[in-house]
Amino acid sequence: MSMNKVAHPYLIGYRTILAKEVRRFMRIWPQTILPPAITTALYFVIFGKLIGSRIGPVAGFGYIDYIVPGLILMAVISHSYANVVSSFYSTKFQRHIEELLIAPLPSWIILAGYVSGGVARGLVVGVVVTLVSACFVELSVFHWPLVIAVVFLTAILFAMAGFINAVFARTFDDISIIPTFVLTPLIYLGGVFYSVDMLPPFWQGVSLFNPMLYMVNALRYGMLGVSDIESSSALVIIIVFIGLLGAAALWLLHKGVGIKS
Amino acid sequence: MIPALAVEGLKKTYATGVEALGGIDLRVEEGDFYALLGPNGAGKSTAIGIIASLVTKSAGRVAVFGHDLDDDWRAARSTIGIVPQEFNFNVFEPVEEILINQAGYYGIARERACQQAEKYLRELELWDKRRTQARDLSGGMKRRLMIARALVHEPRLLILDEPTAGVDLEIRHAMWEFLQRRNREGTTIILTTHYLEEAESLCRRIAVIHQGRIVEQGGMRELLARTHGEHLVLSLTGTLEVAPVLKGFRCELVDPVTLEVQLPTGMGINALFAALSAVGIEVLSMRNKHNRLEQAFLQLLRENSVDEHE
Ligand SMILES: Nc1ncnc2c1ncn2[C@@H]1O[C@H](COP(=O)(O)OP(=O)(O)OP(=O)(O)O)[C@@H](O)[C@H]1O
Ligand SMILES: [Mg+2]
Repeated sequence: MSMNKVAHPYLIGYRTILAKEVRRFMRIWPQTILPPAITTALYFVIFGKLIGSRIGPVAGFGYIDYIVPGLILMAVISHSYANVVSSFYSTKFQRHIEELLIAPLPSWIILAGYVSGGVARGLVVGVVVTLVSACFVELSVFHWPLVIAVVFLTAILFAMAGFINAVFARTFDDISIIPTFVLTPLIYLGGVFYSVDMLPPFWQGVSLFNPMLYMVNALRYGMLGVSDIESSSALVIIIVFIGLLGAAALWLLHKGVGIKS
Repeated sequence: MIPALAVEGLKKTYATGVEALGGIDLRVEEGDFYALLGPNGAGKSTAIGIIASLVTKSAGRVAVFGHDLDDDWRAARSTIGIVPQEFNFNVFEPVEEILINQAGYYGIARERACQQAEKYLRELELWDKRRTQARDLSGGMKRRLMIARALVHEPRLLILDEPTAGVDLEIRHAMWEFLQRRNREGTTIILTTHYLEEAESLCRRIAVIHQGRIVEQGGMRELLARTHGEHLVLSLTGTLEVAPVLKGFRCELVDPVTLEVQLPTGMGINALFAALSAVGIEVLSMRNKHNRLEQAFLQLLRENSVDEHE
């Protein structure tokens, strides 16, 4: 490729949004990168060392090893979501969304830019949590492509969900309602800390309606080679959700819901 | 010739039910320096918001240099530069980054974006502040930042919504010169302002919008020529107890040494002074009560006011 080749304007616009998003979360790293490192370390000390040593092996793995994939994915989910919801909400709130709306950029580039920013934060935090984990356990990877696909697609999915939350948010409180009352419970009940085999049959059945269960288990399979469910169904579910949320987000942006009067 | 801006039947009713625009038509030729005037709440910012793709219109069409804002939005948006009424940049971003990012949104590659940012930061005397976070700028600097940002992609049509609000006299004059130079170099400029002397000295054409409708549109000179009469304020050397009765002039005594006189169209000032001398009134100094555009403007609003209960 020649050096003089000019990139497509959309590509330049996309890169500008992404770079701005990455700079934003890097600039405020004590709020964005540091906390997950600390919480993960605490999880390992408490659940892994103190309590985990009294729990017998789960699915043939030490308890501490068993919870690693779930902890990583939990961090990826909450941070890709948090990045987009707070960044896009404050863009709306401070009105500099107008800088994007007046520009010759289509909605899908704006969406792609913000979602990529969320994915970037999810991945950075995911790596940080993985590094912290490596201090406590010996990490293994059973199936690299699956690990990469699950982490990446999950980050995209929750970045999009964060975007939709931001579109509807009218106050700063609105950006924490979903994470507190929906995401966190679903993650905790999604088998991060236990195998659904441990549940009574009724609750096993209910758990199957929790999408997080599929994601956590798919990553666990990718890392440990054990899972409560079939990994391919997890990927299908994530991709279907990405399609649905992506279409919704695009439609909202196109209509200007929450951003144009 | 293709106009820089053509607006037809533009209507806007907000979700609150407020009808901000009741169907306006505007035509701004390439190279014009155009004033969009009107009292608070007239609908100026709404019209600009629609042209800027920030507000969704209820009806009508907008074309910029022949590019329809709906069908050919990429080309249309690329040619417009907007300076909004309210500050709308990220206050935590450094000044330079705001400009470089905006250029990026217009598809300008990083290297040229940096050059453009430097060019306009220097022109608007913000270069020393390039690393400052936008929230630490003064009000006047923030206005200039928005002008610089509106120019990074070299728009052919520049629309400024009250660019000189809250700007000191010296900087205001510098801004005027800057805009005039820009206009001479070929940029079409549309401006709203509540400082009518600003519009009078800068703009060649004008539209007055009132309660969401255009009540006057045309050349500045023609409009001023049609204003009936002037309102003069005279300071007197002596004191008066009642206003004198002068044939052909309406006089009003503001205080014992200040007299206001309405000068009918076509009547010279000499006639007024002759009449005053005849009754022994000596004038120390004289000024216009309003400047001419102000007078024309107030007159238009009076003639076109629609009461709540029509
Ligand atoms: N986002 C909005 N939602 C509802 N009503 C609005 C909105 N923005 C403006 N309006 C209303 O629309 C009308 C026109 O407002 P606009 O801001 O266009 O006036 P303007 O001519 O720019 O006034 P000013 O000189 O004060 O800036 C006003 O009655 C205003 O209250
Ligand atoms: Mg306004």
